[in-house]
Amino acid sequence: MIRIPPFTDIFTRTADHHLHLTLSFASYRRLFNDDLFGLAYLFSLRLALCSTLICLVLGYPIAYAIARARRSTQNILLLIIILPFWTSFLLRVYALEAIIANGGLLNTVLLKLGVISHPLVIMYTDLAMYIGIVYSYLPFMVLPLFATLEKLDPALLEAAADLGSPPWRVFLDVTLPLSVPGIIAGSMLVFIPAVGEFVIPSLLGAPGNLMIGRVLWDEFFSNHDWPTASVVAIAFLVLLVGPIAIYQHMSGRQVEG
Amino acid sequence: MASGKSAFRVTALCIGIAVMYLPILVLIGYSFNASPLASVWGGFSTVWYGELLRHRSLLDSALLSLEVAVTASTAAVVLGTLAAIALVRFARFPGRFLLTGMVTAPLVMPEVITGITQLLLFVSLLETFSWPHRGFITIVLAHVTFCIAYVTVTVRSRLQGADRSLEEAAMDLGAGPTRAFIEITLPLIAPAILASWLLSFTLSLDDLVISSFVAGPATNTLPMLIYSKVRLGISPVINALASIIIAIVGTCVIGAGWLMRRAEERRVLEMRAAERANAEPEPDAPERAPVAVRSPS
Repeated sequence: MIRIPPFTDIFTRTADHHLHLTLSFASYRRLFNDDLFGLAYLFSLRLALCSTLICLVLGYPIAYAIARARRSTQNILLLIIILPFWTSFLLRVYALEAIIANGGLLNTVLLKLGVISHPLVIMYTDLAMYIGIVYSYLPFMVLPLFATLEKLDPALLEAAADLGSPPWRVFLDVTLPLSVPGIIAGSMLVFIPAVGEFVIPSLLGAPGNLMIGRVLWDEFFSNHDWPTASVVAIAFLVLLVGPIAIYQHMSGRQVEG
Repeated sequence: MASGKSAFRVTALCIGIAVMYLPILVLIGYSFNASPLASVWGGFSTVWYGELLRHRSLLDSALLSLEVAVTASTAAVVLGTLAAIALVRFARFPGRFLLTGMVTAPLVMPEVITGITQLLLFVSLLETFSWPHRGFITIVLAHVTFCIAYVTVTVRSRLQGADRSLEEAAMDLGAGPTRAFIEITLPLIAPAILASWLLSFTLSLDDLVISSFVAGPATNTLPMLIYSKVRLGISPVINALASIIIAIVGTCVIGAGWLMRRAEERRVLEMRAAERANAEPEPDAPERAPVAVRSPS
């Protein structure tokens, strides 16, 4: 029998062959008493939300450009966008390190050019995590945006322009509202994995950063506290995955009905 | 004005693509750097590629990862396709809601949670049934679990788009449900099956978090080994390894994309030819007649 520290059996057999159930809520109490977890949830949500917005701002023009390109160019551009997605996620995050590290390409070039006199410290900061998440998840934003923008009827844009709307009004009044489904889909695809991200915070972030995925990992592998890790995971599910599942179920209902 | 707008689009596109590819190109560049330091260019050299061959543990892990990926993606494709067929072809059956939820759950579940839950499951299974021991088998089982989600979603959307009447026509002409499935439905959804196999394969090959949880202490997949080496900083040997992986994956994806596009084009041509043939009076197909004639129920 393998014993892994520290957990006690939920079921134990008493001398008269009755199953005895022992439940402990100590780990749940720890979740509320220890600030660490609350802070980690908030930090992860904030970081994921900001990264999602940055992805949206960067991804929208790219998706728009692909949607407006010629058919033949479109296929090639899509392949170019999808290609990095097929190469290892871990290796792409690691590749980023070669650029933003203290002795990396960015600092070397900027130092050579005399733009800066001291290397910029990007590696092992929150900024590095933002860069990592935006860089890794940008294709997930671009593809759904492209899918909705491609279906957009150009006649609508022309009609708005004919009726005297300046280009920015056409964009705000016609293009943007019609691309909302793509915006929502893309944001979900970036936000959901970003909240629970482990590889990026552990490779690019500060050693003790508060991303929930990394905290959970530490609780499990360094502290060997399986009950607490499980409680954090359950809280994570209830707070994040639960609302998303309900939302998707509701929107699915709407489409069907 | 129009040219100004298109210039903006082209710039956005170029910057986006440059940002996506720059790190990868830099990594490949560094893999040929004679100096082990990223900040110093020590001249062109392939020394790190030679060094790679001397790392037995890397080769072992790579083989293990390939084995896991092939086994897991094949199993996931079979199970995921079955799930997709059930979800598309059977409108109502007990547990349909549960199946939909369970199959797509890994898509929204953070990896750390999938990892922890799977590990806890495997540990309790081991205590109860003395199976499975942590290692190859648990990694494969965990990978199958999350790959099924991607397979089901991909195959399901293809199956929804497939023309049901073709299958019905085959059955009207006397093919049994199995034969109709193998000869009509399977070729129709084959591109989705191939695509989801490739997707599962790369996802499995790439997975670090879930593998780390469910692998025993003695088992190291390639991503786990890479992670343990790069968490301390830049490693020139890993640069070389990464360049090789990126080259292989890039070639495969472009090749697969090209093949699928050709197959799709051929299908479209065949459909057109069939439509033209339909317009003309249909020639008799006497060899079809002897196939077991079923009385319509």
